Amino acid sequence: MIDLSLLPDGGMSWLDASGPKGSIVLSTRIRLARNLRGYAFSQRARDGDRSAVLTRVEEAVAASDQLSGAVTFRLDQLERADRQLLHERHLVSKELAGLDREARPRPGAALLVRGPVGVMVNEEDHLRLHGMRSGFALEEAYVDLEAADADLGRLLPFAFHPEFGYLTSCPTNAGTGLRASVLIHLPGLVLTKEIGKVLQGLSQVGLTFRGLYGEGSEVVGNFFQLSNQTTLGKSEEELLDHLGKIVRQVIEYEEQAREVLLRDHEAIIADKIWRAFGTLKFARSISFEETMNLLSGVRLGAGLNLIPGLSVYTLNKLLIFTQPAHLAALEGRSTGDPELPTVRATYVRRVLEAEAG
Amino acid sequence: MLCDSCKEREAVINLTQVEHDSKVTLHLCEQCAQAKGVETGVAVLKSPLGGFITAMGKGATSVLPTTADGLRCSSCGGTLRDFRDSGRLGCAQCYEAFDAHLRDLLRRLHGSSQHVGERYVVPGDVDTDPRRRLLDLREQLRRAVENENFELAAELRDRIRVLE
Repeated sequence: MIDLSLLPDGGMSWLDASGPKGSIVLSTRIRLARNLRGYAFSQRARDGDRSAVLTRVEEAVAASDQLSGAVTFRLDQLERADRQLLHERHLVSKELAGLDREARPRPGAALLVRGPVGVMVNEEDHLRLHGMRSGFALEEAYVDLEAADADLGRLLPFAFHPEFGYLTSCPTNAGTGLRASVLIHLPGLVLTKEIGKVLQGLSQVGLTFRGLYGEGSEVVGNFFQLSNQTTLGKSEEELLDHLGKIVRQVIEYEEQAREVLLRDHEAIIADKIWRAFGTLKFARSISFEETMNLLSGVRLGAGLNLIPGLSVYTLNKLLIFTQPAHLAALEGRSTGDPELPTVRATYVRRVLEAEAG
Repeated sequence: MLCDSCKEREAVINLTQVEHDSKVTLHLCEQCAQAKGVETGVAVLKSPLGGFITAMGKGATSVLPTTADGLRCSSCGGTLRDFRDSGRLGCAQCYEAFDAHLRDLLRRLHGSSQHVGERYVVPGDVDTDPRRRLLDLREQLRRAVENENFELAAELRDRIRVLE
């Protein structure tokens, strides 16, 4: 079992709900895609070259002011449950964790983390640097990341083209290599059925949305990741500004939708919220998906001050620790344990009792 | 799976709704989902840009002329055909090798092929940053050892010691 306590906050400071708009926006994440000159991109590279890339990145990280002392997780050497744990913690992609196939990830697949900045090595690109922050905090997340990127860029020769910018394995990431995502909870817009219009509007302004775990993941619990679609032809600042403006608007729409719900349908909404809370608190067996959907209701209740004495931090924690690999690790079970739904219900009950009494 | 509503077309959307206190999952085709007022991911992806990105994922990069399929990158050996199939390029030099085709593709994807973000300068002069110089020497040392060039390796090791 890997020791996540090596990371000062388990790599999870982003869920402490301390950031701006913390009850609606869970986290802000920005990533930069970079590749080293002189090596084939990770998917095409031979095992030896992938390992060489990792060695070079490790050495550069050790020499870097921003990243020295980073903790390294070798995904090619970790058991599946540990890789899943890192994925559930939003530190590595499903692809890098190799969760789609039986075999372990190829040599050189690794994650290096220091504070809010992480570096995935040998994912689709040689380096995927990411910065995560609690709440809606694009600027703060970018400050961390830019400093780490600048430092590594002085120590490693990145593949860069005067016209096309940073060169990436998939041309959809070329240019800045920057993708910023805001993980946002929109139950108000879903309940008022306004969400369709909002999501359609996003595509018209060059943004896109994904589910909780990013690319290819389903939308559950009314959590959406909003991010920029294009990466080339606009500067980093322009991309972040644009996303920020639109997200602010979406937050406003969500707040308006909640007001409408409270004004016109308070009894129905209160009933939904308390039923969700009741089920969470008294269930004896519960799937992760159902937990997510109920947590969405309870989170709305906490946001509307309908459920007193329940912190958003507790809800965020439940979101993370009821996931299969986290729950299994916490309770000393295997991820395939058929009793996991029962264990989950007990865990949720315990946390809620401790918090709300 | 067929659409739960029209039972004719293939379902492409799983719509999960909480009605009263029970969760209902409907499997819908795109048309029925839209009729129910659900703006689907599929519909969003049908936008000109999204459609292209989907196509990229599947490797059906229709914008690339099949006549150029045999075009090969001299650095990694990948062909334009490989790129069409996988949606992924083999190496940074592919951008030079398939230059004209990629410029066209990037314009369609991003609306522009000209990077206007941060300008990056590859650390060229190794002497500018002593840390970088050290990393370079270590890389040379590794290669020297691999090639069993022990005389060079010893010299490099000495230079590394001085820098350290």
